[in-house]
Amino acid sequence: MQTLIQFFTPWEFSWLVQVSCWGVLLIFVRGLRRGVQPGFWRGSAFVLGVLLMYVVTQTHFDYWSQYMFFVHRGQHLVLHHLAPLLIALAAPGAVLAAGMPVSVKRWFAGQNWLGRWWIAVYRFLQQPFLASLLFVGLIAFWLTPDIHFDAMLNQRLYWVMNWSMALDGLLFWWLMLAPTSHQHPAAAGDRQGLSAFDSVRVLNSEETLPARSSVVKSNRSSPLDRLATNADEKWALASARDRITPQLSYGVRMLLLAAIMVPQIIIGARLFFSRQVLFDVYAVCGRAWPISPLTDQQLGGLITWIPAAMMSVIAALILLRRLLHAQADQSVAEQPDQSTAAREPL
Amino acid sequence: MCLLRFFMLSPALLLLLLLSGCQQSEQWHAKDISGLMPKLRFELSNAQGESVTEADYAAQINLLFFGFTNCPDICPTTLAQLAAAVRNLPESIRDQVHILFVSVDPQRDEGGRLAEYAGAFGEQVVGLTGTQDQLQALTRRYRVTYGYDEADANGYYNVSHSSAVFAFDADGQVRLLIRDDLTPAQIAEDMQRLQQNT
Repeated sequence: MQTLIQFFTPWEFSWLVQVSCWGVLLIFVRGLRRGVQPGFWRGSAFVLGVLLMYVVTQTHFDYWSQYMFFVHRGQHLVLHHLAPLLIALAAPGAVLAAGMPVSVKRWFAGQNWLGRWWIAVYRFLQQPFLASLLFVGLIAFWLTPDIHFDAMLNQRLYWVMNWSMALDGLLFWWLMLAPTSHQHPAAAGDRQGLSAFDSVRVLNSEETLPARSSVVKSNRSSPLDRLATNADEKWALASARDRITPQLSYGVRMLLLAAIMVPQIIIGARLFFSRQVLFDVYAVCGRAWPISPLTDQQLGGLITWIPAAMMSVIAALILLRRLLHAQADQSVAEQPDQSTAAREPL
Repeated sequence: MCLLRFFMLSPALLLLLLLSGCQQSEQWHAKDISGLMPKLRFELSNAQGESVTEADYAAQINLLFFGFTNCPDICPTTLAQLAAAVRNLPESIRDQVHILFVSVDPQRDEGGRLAEYAGAFGEQVVGLTGTQDQLQALTRRYRVTYGYDEADANGYYNVSHSSAVFAFDADGQVRLLIRDDLTPAQIAEDMQRLQQNT
């Protein structure tokens, strides 16, 4: 019991992480209660992703990450690969849009300049080549021995490092896994929680229809632009329909996923095969328990090398599955058959 | 258009990233960490078992180092290097520099043993230790840590600890991080500069 309490006590308490993690989960639950149903697996993937991010930064795991190189690599594997991949897979936009307090939505909708800037920066970062460069560049940047030294020694820089990994992970995996335009809007309407149609319908009916349960099931599909008459809807449109993220084809996505594997393998292998200790900050600050510095580095190298690169393979398999379903749907559309039309892509 | 903007901006971005990593002052041999860590503050006990705080070592340059007396390699090497550096100093400032050797293994490093060990390296070496709470508070303050191995059949266990030496000026402000790649002459030079700077 005491070890449990010790484990879940944050090593370095951060209001920003606490508010972000619990806040986003609260909004998600509100969205679910308003009737947007992403399905069991999507919902679980989102909650698991957020909880993983919390555990590696706000428990005793963070202590081990600060004083053990290989645990630190594990922390970044979660922050930069695993947790953002799960969150992107969940495509939580519609649920979050429905769960967001109306006043917040109104405020954001009123800030036109914010939207403009935000979209410009976001689109700039989401250019395929730059996004991939940023993804592997950040790994290499924080693993530059001198920079790594400062980041582990200085608390503020340490948080900048972890936040940059988490945010960049979300950007990259969302670019890879965002639903494509191949998923026809009319068909997407049937896939609850996936498309903007749902959230707009929910939002719209919140003010017009008292019965929540009928909301999502209603098949009323009016043109989006006509629906977007007030601030709330505009916000929901912008956030959930996601016209902002560049729509990459399956081919380009898989190409990028393969491309980012190579530098990650090189970085990981370099750590693994190095005969000298590259990061002396763990000796300088002391390790969480006695372990040979080279063993620590080799374990860290393996984590950077194999599971990190495997994430690309997993994402590519997911995309492949979607592609096959899209093709199946297309052929079904030519010969209408209700039983397969509603099949969900993962 | 987007592509053009990207090609114009990305080199600038990369340059910025590179530059931010290359800022290092050339003035010191050791790493300048002024302002990165809090002032010297601790509650420990000395080799005689008396409670001491940073006030007992005020108005002098303090080199803070963590270790344990059973340490096979890092501690004796580092302490010998620091002691040699202090011997290199001009006599006028020699007794204004103290090496605070904090044992993170209080179970084995009690009074006599600690005093004997510290004394072996010179008059300027002060042996300190404390309870686990006191030690944890101090190591955490300087973002370092320590940990114990399982004991073997003879009761011997290894201890992981920080290899860094933190140098504080006479005002108690943290100034330098001395790594084990410096020679005693370089450390002495830094100490002299530190003495002149305060």
